[in-house]
Amino acid sequence: MDVVTSLPAPGQKRLGLVIDLDICVGCHACAVNCKEWNTGGHGAPLADIDAYGARPEGTWLNRIHTFEVTPKDAPAQIVHFPKSCLHCQDAPCVTVCPTGASYKRAEDGIVLVEEDRCIGCGLCAWACPYGAREMDPVARVMKKCTLCIDRIYNEHLPQIDRVPACVRTCPAHARHFGDLGDPDSEVSRKVAARGGYDLMPQAGTRPVNKYLPPRPKTRPDRPAPQLPQAEAGEATGFLGWLDRALERLG
Amino acid sequence: MAAGLRGSGDRPVETSPHVSDEVRRTTCYMCACRCGINVHLRDGKVRYIEGNRDHPVNRGVLCAKGSAGIMQHYSPARLSKPLLRTGERGSGQFREIEWEEALALAADWLGEVRRRDPKKLAFFTGRDQSQSLTSWWAQQYGTPNYAAHGGFCSVNMAAAGIYTFGGAFWEFGAVDWELTRLFLIFGVAEDHDSNPIKLGLSRLKERGVRTIAVNPVRTGYSAVADEWVAITPGTDGLFVLAIVHELIKAGQVDVDYLLRYTNAAWLVIDDQGAADHGLFARDGDGRPLVLDRTSGKVVAAGEAGVRPHLKGRAVLADGRGAVPVFELLARQYLDPGNSPEATASVTGVSAEQTRRIAAEIARAAFAEEVVIDQPWTDLNGERHDRMIGRPVSFHAMRGISAHSNGFQTCRALHLLQILIGSIDTPGGFRFEPPYPRPIAIQPRPHRKASEPGRPLSGPHLGFPEGPHDLLLEADGATPVRIDKAFSWDAPLAAHGLMHMVIANAHTRDPYGIDVLFLYMANMAWNSSMNTAGVMKMLADKDANGDYLIGKIIYSDAYDSEMVAYADLVLPDTTYLERHDCISLLDRPIGEPDSMADAIRWPVVTPDRDVRAFQSVLLDLGHRLALPGMTAEDGGPRYRDYADYIVRHERRPGIGPLAGWRGANGEKTGRGEPNPDQLSRYIEHGGFFEKAVPAEARYYRHANRAWQEWAVEHGLQERVVDNVFQLYLEPLRKFQLAAEGRIEPSPPPSHRARIARCFTPLPTWYPPFEGGADAGGEYPFHAITQRPAAMYHSWGSQNAWLRQIHGHSPLFVPSAICEAAGLKDDDWAWLTSAHGRIRVQVRRSEAVNAKTMWTWNAIGKRGGAWALAPDAPEVRRGFLLNHIISELLPAKGDGMRWSNSDPITGQAAWFDLRVRIEKAAAPDAVVLPQFAPRQSAVPPAPATVAYGGEWTS
Repeated sequence: MDVVTSLPAPGQKRLGLVIDLDICVGCHACAVNCKEWNTGGHGAPLADIDAYGARPEGTWLNRIHTFEVTPKDAPAQIVHFPKSCLHCQDAPCVTVCPTGASYKRAEDGIVLVEEDRCIGCGLCAWACPYGAREMDPVARVMKKCTLCIDRIYNEHLPQIDRVPACVRTCPAHARHFGDLGDPDSEVSRKVAARGGYDLMPQAGTRPVNKYLPPRPKTRPDRPAPQLPQAEAGEATGFLGWLDRALERLG
Repeated sequence: MAAGLRGSGDRPVETSPHVSDEVRRTTCYMCACRCGINVHLRDGKVRYIEGNRDHPVNRGVLCAKGSAGIMQHYSPARLSKPLLRTGERGSGQFREIEWEEALALAADWLGEVRRRDPKKLAFFTGRDQSQSLTSWWAQQYGTPNYAAHGGFCSVNMAAAGIYTFGGAFWEFGAVDWELTRLFLIFGVAEDHDSNPIKLGLSRLKERGVRTIAVNPVRTGYSAVADEWVAITPGTDGLFVLAIVHELIKAGQVDVDYLLRYTNAAWLVIDDQGAADHGLFARDGDGRPLVLDRTSGKVVAAGEAGVRPHLKGRAVLADGRGAVPVFELLARQYLDPGNSPEATASVTGVSAEQTRRIAAEIARAAFAEEVVIDQPWTDLNGERHDRMIGRPVSFHAMRGISAHSNGFQTCRALHLLQILIGSIDTPGGFRFEPPYPRPIAIQPRPHRKASEPGRPLSGPHLGFPEGPHDLLLEADGATPVRIDKAFSWDAPLAAHGLMHMVIANAHTRDPYGIDVLFLYMANMAWNSSMNTAGVMKMLADKDANGDYLIGKIIYSDAYDSEMVAYADLVLPDTTYLERHDCISLLDRPIGEPDSMADAIRWPVVTPDRDVRAFQSVLLDLGHRLALPGMTAEDGGPRYRDYADYIVRHERRPGIGPLAGWRGANGEKTGRGEPNPDQLSRYIEHGGFFEKAVPAEARYYRHANRAWQEWAVEHGLQERVVDNVFQLYLEPLRKFQLAAEGRIEPSPPPSHRARIARCFTPLPTWYPPFEGGADAGGEYPFHAITQRPAAMYHSWGSQNAWLRQIHGHSPLFVPSAICEAAGLKDDDWAWLTSAHGRIRVQVRRSEAVNAKTMWTWNAIGKRGGAWALAPDAPEVRRGFLLNHIISELLPAKGDGMRWSNSDPITGQAAWFDLRVRIEKAAAPDAVVLPQFAPRQSAVPPAPATVAYGGEWTS
């Protein structure tokens, strides 16, 4: 009898994404490019049922959620929030899996599903506090972000392209890929510099992916900058400043 | 092949799977951005599409639309065979015919009209990226009735910019992302210049540069901007002029820049009642005059040693008075009516916010001056040892231009950029080759052929300099063109008025149309105002039972709503199956530091009996024996569009593509055709790019190195003086005509509105629709936003994109919801002066308090696009178009004015005024609904599981 899958001993390498909510414009490029790559890649295809009908529904490994936030004393804001598997260090989707199909790789921390072992019971989706797993409506197995495991090590791709499809395509450069287990990596430094945070830390999943928060917006009552010269006050008659400006030109 | 199985113990994962057999690099067409794409092919199918890292437009990134190209290419809505209508128009009933029959029929219809009266052909193309071919074809045919979609898109932006400084936003120029210190973005749909703007915003974030978004809706780019100005639609011009008021009051303008590069010092004749009152004072050679502040004399502008004055009163040789432009300008904008306080209640922007933004602009422009140590020489031969920049930049598109005051609003924005001296200086707005191109080197509009069977003497579209350039019949009033472009209705209609063609043809005003020939233009749906009305017009018959619009030929790749109204359908290929050129003769893709153009080429072979429209057009041209399309032996001059791209010369040495010209591909811009040219483009990734020399990268309006480089590379034929036109004399000429002081003059019906709207200095007037009705029967504004993940109507057939935007709620401010008793997902009647629609409501606060909005063109007609009749796009997606009339409400003056800008004829989509009430909707569908039409394509598959065959 299969037992509940155990997590590997914590590895040093923790590959993941850093997503900058300050610049995400909510354009869905990452989600669509992800779908496009992965429907022909590892774990393909990502099916769409009723694709041209009344209730189209497909499998996506990454989706963009849009929230409207209305502070009490400032104009409303819209925050776009891309969400995919966060490759948690304490991944409940792995420990809950009755067949061992869900697993976390020791060497890079990527959480994957071995589809041949997946019975489509959906327990992992229930266990995931982020709702980051999707049952494929045709294959009836669980699909999830693979961090483009068939790209990041792929020797058929040029080195520069060995990043997840969402990172390569993001038009706003809001997505970054790297080793969050290495405090000196570029992504770790970004997280440190910008106060990157865990999504729902209270869930105790210790996600690898991090989000960079939106920077504070300007309030309409922001104080005005001092103008270089308070020429208006000195003006005499019709555009007194103009005579002085012309004199300066010679 | 199996390069690496990696994994823990018994869980090997194929980490280096085979990706593709071949990568073919071409140009995207999922919107109008024209990004470079790498199309990965596997087993002859498209495996993956990604951005081309080398491409100047997108530098490797690719948006949602581009990434969904596979689903567009394999869409079930693709047409597969020429169709001949068998049922009534609109029914969707057709029979398939062979190409030979289709082309013979089209040639027969077109030939008969050309022999009899060529103007009875109206040839209009929609989101056509081959306008240099389609316009030339129409010119050779001899009809005056040609244009593309600019009239219902953003002609105000383009025309206001060209008239003012020889450029505009988008393909005309770009923000200096590397050097700007403050960026303001006005009214931009989220797909306009999609990837470059996102790349640029990201760069500004990296550099810590502030972005201010002026937009009634805080989505997309406005969502990430540092500051949001929640402006009321149609009031941007007033907001901009309030900023101008503040800057002039504080002396925060670049006087040196104004003197050198603008007409600020030119003298304007002040002689009330004279036929030249308000025109420039000129010398005998036509040179504008200025007041020299050293000698106090009136001399020609630009003469050596002249130090022009910007204010004061000059006495001309004939004793009359004249005043510098700047004095008129300053007096006008210093008027208290333009102050932030006076404008706040109209714009919805507080005086404090307007005043602070003006101060921020001044601070960035003058206290954060950017200097590049690059010597350059101006057109007067003066050597400058460095380039001084005013690092404030702007971008704007349809949000400000699609109003009946859009031309003047766009002019106001350009005026602001010029006053602070930022145009084409470091950190400001930068021209992109081939721009700048002021109207001195732009064509004038050309009228109909002298007799049937003859070509037009020049291009249809152009830039009139005054009433004498209008296209009017001998009576001085009747428009030559079916869309009334370049008539008194829309004198500067540089892109035509496609949105008026069907309505005018239907009422035979000014005349009827025998053949309506459309390409990629969904006029029976989202590209028309008054959609239901237009559908009826297309199908209406006269007393004899003949259709009022004689014949309709339509070319499209997909079964759009328009297909059902065609008599003959010519199925086009997808963008991955055909040749195209992104030409410098058309809408270019240059970047500020390089001239560039690009191609598409068939990276996959069509599996249907379809033909590229451009090749079909050349074939028809040969069948009609149009000049330039028939070889000496009587055969076709061009084998197909690819052959035309390579061999066609617009002028000797100048052809559709600038790269690798000359017998051996050694020439750029100018050079004889190179038979190997397309291969060179393909080898190079589908595009050509040549860097602009460092000395020619700024101040291009006055930069000798740029001008010489531009001439050398065929971008222009001569060095041209480009003095920025703060004061636009052509508009003053129209006012003089309206005042009855010069001929030709407009009919009495048009005089008041021309006198009021054609001000030579930018002014703001309320949008026509509801302008006098604020707070009345229709107190609110309703607008659309284009989503980033959908381009017009094309996206709904896309199995992936329609999951993102499958229906369109109306987003309504909470206070309006409260007053109307509306909750999320309630249904409401949205009513305008033209009609009403029933829609589903979603509350939002991130919108101007008087404005509601929805996503553009999500609604679909049942039966189109291979969608199920009960698709969410049909039941819960809607068009605002149904309540936007192409005509303004009757005003008792006996006229029904077009719902357009009075200057350019730009469709005033965003002038719409509405009221909202709760509605019962037991059936939970939007209204109106239309009887589903028969699909012209087979039923779509239920399930898509693309790429399964490649699973390792």
